[in-house]
Amino acid sequence: MSVSRRKFLGWLGAAGMGTAFGTSANAASNKHFTGYPDSMGILHDISLCVGCRSCEAACNKVNELPPPEKPFDDKSVLDKKRRTTASVHTVVNKYDNAEGTKGPVFVKTQCNHCLEPACASACFVKAFAKTKEGPVSYDPSVCVGCRYCMVACPFNIPTYEYDSAFSPRVMKCTMCHSRIIQGRLPGCVESCPKEALTFGKREDLLRIARERIRKHPERYVDHIYGEHEMGGTSWLYLSNTSFASIGMREDLGTTAAPNLTAGALGAVPLVVGLWPVLLTGVYAMSKRKEKIAKEEEAQAVGDAVAATKAEGEEKLSAALAKAGKDKDSAIKREVKKALEEAAKAQKEEAAEAKTEEDA
Amino acid sequence: MSQEAAVFGETSPPGKSLYTPFNVIAGIILIVGFVITILRFTKGLGAVTNLDNNYPWGIWIGFDLMAGVALAAGGYVTSAAVYIFGMKRYHSAVRPAILTGFLGYALVVVALHYDVGRPWRLPYPFIMQQGTTSLLFEVAACVALYLTVLFIEFSTAPLEWLGLKRARSIVVRLTMVLTIFGVILSTLHQSSLGALFLLAPSKLHPLWYSSYLPVFFFVSSVIAGLSMVIFESTLSHRYFAHKMDETHLAEKEGVALGFGKAASLVLAGYFTIKVLGISMDNNWHLLGTGYGMWFLVELLGFIALPCFLYAVGVREKNLCLIKWTSGLTVLGIILNRLNVCLIAFNWHLPSDEKYFPHWMEIGISVFVVTAGIVVFRFIVTRMPILYEHPDYKDSH
Ligand code: SF4
Ligand code: SF4
Ligand code: SF4
Repeated sequence: MSVSRRKFLGWLGAAGMGTAFGTSANAASNKHFTGYPDSMGILHDISLCVGCRSCEAACNKVNELPPPEKPFDDKSVLDKKRRTTASVHTVVNKYDNAEGTKGPVFVKTQCNHCLEPACASACFVKAFAKTKEGPVSYDPSVCVGCRYCMVACPFNIPTYEYDSAFSPRVMKCTMCHSRIIQGRLPGCVESCPKEALTFGKREDLLRIARERIRKHPERYVDHIYGEHEMGGTSWLYLSNTSFASIGMREDLGTTAAPNLTAGALGAVPLVVGLWPVLLTGVYAMSKRKEKIAKEEEAQAVGDAVAATKAEGEEKLSAALAKAGKDKDSAIKREVKKALEEAAKAQKEEAAEAKTEEDA
Repeated sequence: MSQEAAVFGETSPPGKSLYTPFNVIAGIILIVGFVITILRFTKGLGAVTNLDNNYPWGIWIGFDLMAGVALAAGGYVTSAAVYIFGMKRYHSAVRPAILTGFLGYALVVVALHYDVGRPWRLPYPFIMQQGTTSLLFEVAACVALYLTVLFIEFSTAPLEWLGLKRARSIVVRLTMVLTIFGVILSTLHQSSLGALFLLAPSKLHPLWYSSYLPVFFFVSSVIAGLSMVIFESTLSHRYFAHKMDETHLAEKEGVALGFGKAASLVLAGYFTIKVLGISMDNNWHLLGTGYGMWFLVELLGFIALPCFLYAVGVREKNLCLIKWTSGLTVLGIILNRLNVCLIAFNWHLPSDEKYFPHWMEIGISVFVVTAGIVVFRFIVTRMPILYEHPDYKDSH
């Protein structure tokens, strides 16, 4: 039942706008993309992180970001949940009540460098690009500042320089692209004293992660966060507690961003192709209806005129006839009157004659 | 101010004071808006808005862009009804609707200049790199093209006003092509505005998120367009009745009845697909939550109720009811856009991290709307909008 209902609704949608054309448009334009073959990634083993904030300090340094409000060795910063900002590419957060753990759990957050980034698919000037090395790069020289990328990112990562009037930029972790190209480690990875961060080919990292889970099933949750989330990310996470309890959403699904909008984009040629045909058809029909209406109107007017004419004639003859009758009766009346008068006159004459005789 | 005074001055009869309540209030709003404008462009977005990294879009997008574009739909809806569907009896409604549409879109573009970080780069998506994977690209392209179409459609009025007969007749001959073009472009960008949020399934509340968002936005734009024509003709009649010719006055009731009936039907359809949307995603259980209540307010109070009221108004030929319903419907559309863009967006965030507009953001929105009304007034009191130019009667 539910399948067929779904299908039915799908057709409805297609009839309306073509959202259901997602699948076909998809097949035509978006090949299944699993990332560039030798692209790099970073594995964050949450169970090893001690919340020392060395990575934050290193990131600040290598990216030449403005100095922080509180020094990086100030642990009180960890008491409040933080997010990335225009001057902070990465933050470490502390979770005290994570599921099934004794002490606090620390999680580092930064751009996950998605394999098919939502930010890139959102940007209308292509300011973002997935590089073949792995990092998702950003080009401030074309960015218009619409901030749709920020709306789109499922991990709430990109930030904006709201305080700059003339050259505001979107800010996010670069995965130290320039350093990677030079063969150096990303700043944060290099600085981590606990090896909670591992840099390498994404393929190798996945293997390492699986191996750790296999060796220590009692320590890890059996899930590599980022392997499939939103189509997969270059940053991968291993955890000793459920991801949901440390602020990482588990309801994101595995659909990559471009697939979410493929249907709507696929409907464009449909609308452009079909609407003119349909509308011209409707126009022709209404024109024809109008023509028929006009003809009918003309016909009706003709009929009406004829009818009036006929009616008029009838009236006229009736009037004439009536007039004739009237005339007749008038004559008769006159004649009668005349006759009566004549008779009266005769009588009077006779009477006169009689009186004359009598006298 | 002196220029404003001149603008207002010409509309008041000679000898009457410039300081009418309308002029004073509009003047104050424009001055305040002007000051905020200077702040915005010298100190940056941060100085005048409450936008942050979780809420990159505020009321300049939610109200000015999203609601603005929907409410400016009267232009394509009316011209399609008259020129394509051949409903000649609504002809006098076309010009005011096109004018409102044109001004509406022009103001949307003005508001966008405030909102984007580097407005001088707005042409970049077309001249530098085309981000064709983005629905925002589609929106931008369609809005730019449609603004041009509306400008050409509208241009007959100033051309008549200026007495440029030849230019006018060229434009009139293009009517059909322009109308069809307008409908295509409107279908695309009205629906794409909804489709923008398809990318954010994890941020928009499931009651509002649906793969049918583009359909919802398109259908509700038709409703918004129909209702705005009624609403605006009510206001025009109150303030510019002396500018209306007999045809306009005679057709006015028919327009209200016909458009009211159409709006009622489309609202019924909209209600149905909204409910289908819930059942398809099986979100019934969410109706019991706080957001669910709010959703029901929108669904029942601003979709079902106006649908019913329009139907009653049309059956009883109750023009007053139809007018009030059009206002209610317009509010409902605005509410819907604010819900999708702001209120139900980031529903996971604790309430103290949610966005509330800065007073200066509201100031700019009010400023933009006021500017629209002033320009509308300027045009309507001069150009043949609510009446037909005597030289061109029967020429359509
Ligand atoms: S995490 Fe966000 S900003 Fe980073 S690549 Fe993915 S979508 Fe883009
Ligand atoms: S803010 Fe810049 S990078 Fe982000 S989508 Fe807009 S133009 Fe692209
Ligand atoms: S990869 Fe580079 S930019 Fe990203 S968090 Fe680490 S140091 Fe910062």
